[in-house]
Amino acid sequence: MKLKRKIATALLGVMAVIAVCPAGVANATKVNTYTYNYDYWGIEYESPDAYKPVSYTDGRVLGITSFKGPQGMFVRDNSLFVVDTGNNRIVEIAVDGETLTVAKEITEFTGDTEVLTLSAPRDVYVDENGDFYVADTGNFRILHLNKELQLIKEITKPDSALLDAGNPFEPTKIVVDRAGRMFALAKNVNKGVMQFEADGNFIGFIGASEVTFNMSDYIKKMFSTKAQKDQMIDFVPTEYNNLYIDNKAFIYCTTDTFEEAALDDGSAKPIRKLNSLGGDILIRNGEYFPIGDIQYDWFAGMNGPSRIVDITAMEDETYYVVDRIRGRIFGYDEQGHLLYAFGGPGNKLGYFTYPISIVHIGTDLYVLDSTTGGITRFCRTEFGQLIHSALDEYTIGNYDGSAEYWKQVLEMNGNYELAYIGIGRSLLRQKDYKGAMEYFKVMRDVDNYSRAWKYYRKDWIENNLGYVIVVLVILGFIPVIVKKIKKIRWEAKEQYELECESKNK
Amino acid sequence: MSLNVKAKINKQSMQRFWESLRYAFYVMTHPFDGFWDLVHEKRGSLAAANVLLLLTFLTNLWSMRFTNFMFNDVRWERVNIWAQILGILAPLLIYCVANWCLTTLFDGKGRLKDIYMGMCYSLTPYILIMNPVTIISNFVTEEEGAFLVYFNYLALAWCAIWILISVMQIHDYSLMKAILAIVFSIVGMMIIVFLIMLFFSLVSDAIAFFISVGKEILFRIY
Repeated sequence: MKLKRKIATALLGVMAVIAVCPAGVANATKVNTYTYNYDYWGIEYESPDAYKPVSYTDGRVLGITSFKGPQGMFVRDNSLFVVDTGNNRIVEIAVDGETLTVAKEITEFTGDTEVLTLSAPRDVYVDENGDFYVADTGNFRILHLNKELQLIKEITKPDSALLDAGNPFEPTKIVVDRAGRMFALAKNVNKGVMQFEADGNFIGFIGASEVTFNMSDYIKKMFSTKAQKDQMIDFVPTEYNNLYIDNKAFIYCTTDTFEEAALDDGSAKPIRKLNSLGGDILIRNGEYFPIGDIQYDWFAGMNGPSRIVDITAMEDETYYVVDRIRGRIFGYDEQGHLLYAFGGPGNKLGYFTYPISIVHIGTDLYVLDSTTGGITRFCRTEFGQLIHSALDEYTIGNYDGSAEYWKQVLEMNGNYELAYIGIGRSLLRQKDYKGAMEYFKVMRDVDNYSRAWKYYRKDWIENNLGYVIVVLVILGFIPVIVKKIKKIRWEAKEQYELECESKNK
Repeated sequence: MSLNVKAKINKQSMQRFWESLRYAFYVMTHPFDGFWDLVHEKRGSLAAANVLLLLTFLTNLWSMRFTNFMFNDVRWERVNIWAQILGILAPLLIYCVANWCLTTLFDGKGRLKDIYMGMCYSLTPYILIMNPVTIISNFVTEEEGAFLVYFNYLALAWCAIWILISVMQIHDYSLMKAILAIVFSIVGMMIIVFLIMLFFSLVSDAIAFFISVGKEILFRIY
């Protein structure tokens, strides 16, 4: 009884100690800052601004008819080309530092074809010679015009078995590589990016989604009747919604048609980077995939995950995407880490109702809002510049220089994950393994921590080899000693029992 | 005189407790013999079983706290220690009750106490494997740590097989019968949980009813 009571007391004691330990549930609070980022656990936290909205320019400011449902924007050197879909025109805007002035309004062209005007164009690409490539959606054609707006070539629906004969050809997006090959997206075409040769011949598709085999669907189909099978939604490959070609001729594509569940296992891939064969080579080394928001709500009409509508990639291979659901812009580095996210829904400067396009000139970002028809200009802040300096130094192999920048980043934002990892990497190179481990541990960077720990352990064993050997030898002797003691005790017991027996006799 | 006797009894019971606790090692290596003698030769004790269960809780918490973060994704702000303990305790106790209900009807030899003891003694491998694994996890790299996962599985598989053997030996069942007993015990657990939930929801409904009746009366009076 006594023993039971004792155990019960001990149990209660332990429970009491545990009860005193704080077990409160921390509530993730929504951040109040304009710019934010996600930590290891996918929780938002505040961040200083990396980009600041500086100006808003619409048709009124420019002194022309207001933009009506513009669908695209393009940059060549210091000129912005706004595709004003609702007004059937393309507006060239010269950007000179802070000031934006209209340089040209393109509504018609000359050449040997029936219709010499644009009808609901949706995209434009301007090559290095100043040639225009226009996705003239309303006229079911792609136009190639020279600088003087003379028609060079008109591409209508290709005569190909790959295309559905019933649907009209409605090109929506176009990019062109240095060799003059055209890559286009069209409505109701979901086999990937349409590729045309420089002379306008349709070659085929690239970047079609790989068809994945789904075991559960297969089993379901085995047991369902024909009527049920017909009701099932057919597998629909991704339909891209935008293209961007970078200066190395890699094509970035975005898509907003995916199922929410596919985001978690990474099969959705709203952002892709295609090589010339159409393979997706986007690096996704971040803790989370580049999908825009990681945490999202379902209210006020802003439901579900981010729907990315446009992408632009800078020279340092950082890329920026814009989410039309919540009007947010997400910046990613080459490795797929989220650098910062900013923006939101609304009518203030820096907020959007329906952003449709994002481009950059130098380090400035320009975002076009389709509903308000305004262009918002963003400039990099000191904080943003430090991040990019650090990334650049790292790219050229100056890791210690990179760490110096990261330290300055940390002074402005003590939560910045990449900064800790960057400093940790530099310490690792300087053979300060313990310091490196601390930095990696803070941000739970398992791979790097493991590497640092491996070196640290190796060093430690080499420095303390003497002790290690002594301990190992002692450990080796323990079983022998234990055996010996047991034997002695057993012998003593035997002896004692013998003595007892002899006494009893 | 009486003090002496008391001390002697205390010493004896303490000794018996240690012996029954140490018997857990024997059960771990000789399950068939071990579980048979545990109840039929009275070599186990309830106190030792309680201690083993407590050690299981502590092992669970320790491995959550001290396993290196490379192999351990616990977010402590979200952990509720009571819920963690209840996560082990509740299924264990409900299983014991369900198993007892079932085996009593199908000529099982074990009493509730025996079933509980069998369960607790079956947890020994978990305690003995997970504690070293927790310590070792702090001395290995990520690649080496892949082996730790297998030890994790080993501990769980060991416990599962020992629970099966404990059912066989305590109730004097054949293997097939023991498996069936466990399967139906799990069904029984679900029924018990259902009944508990039903009970609480009905009780809360009943209370709500009386409260609203009371309120109604108060409204009428004033």
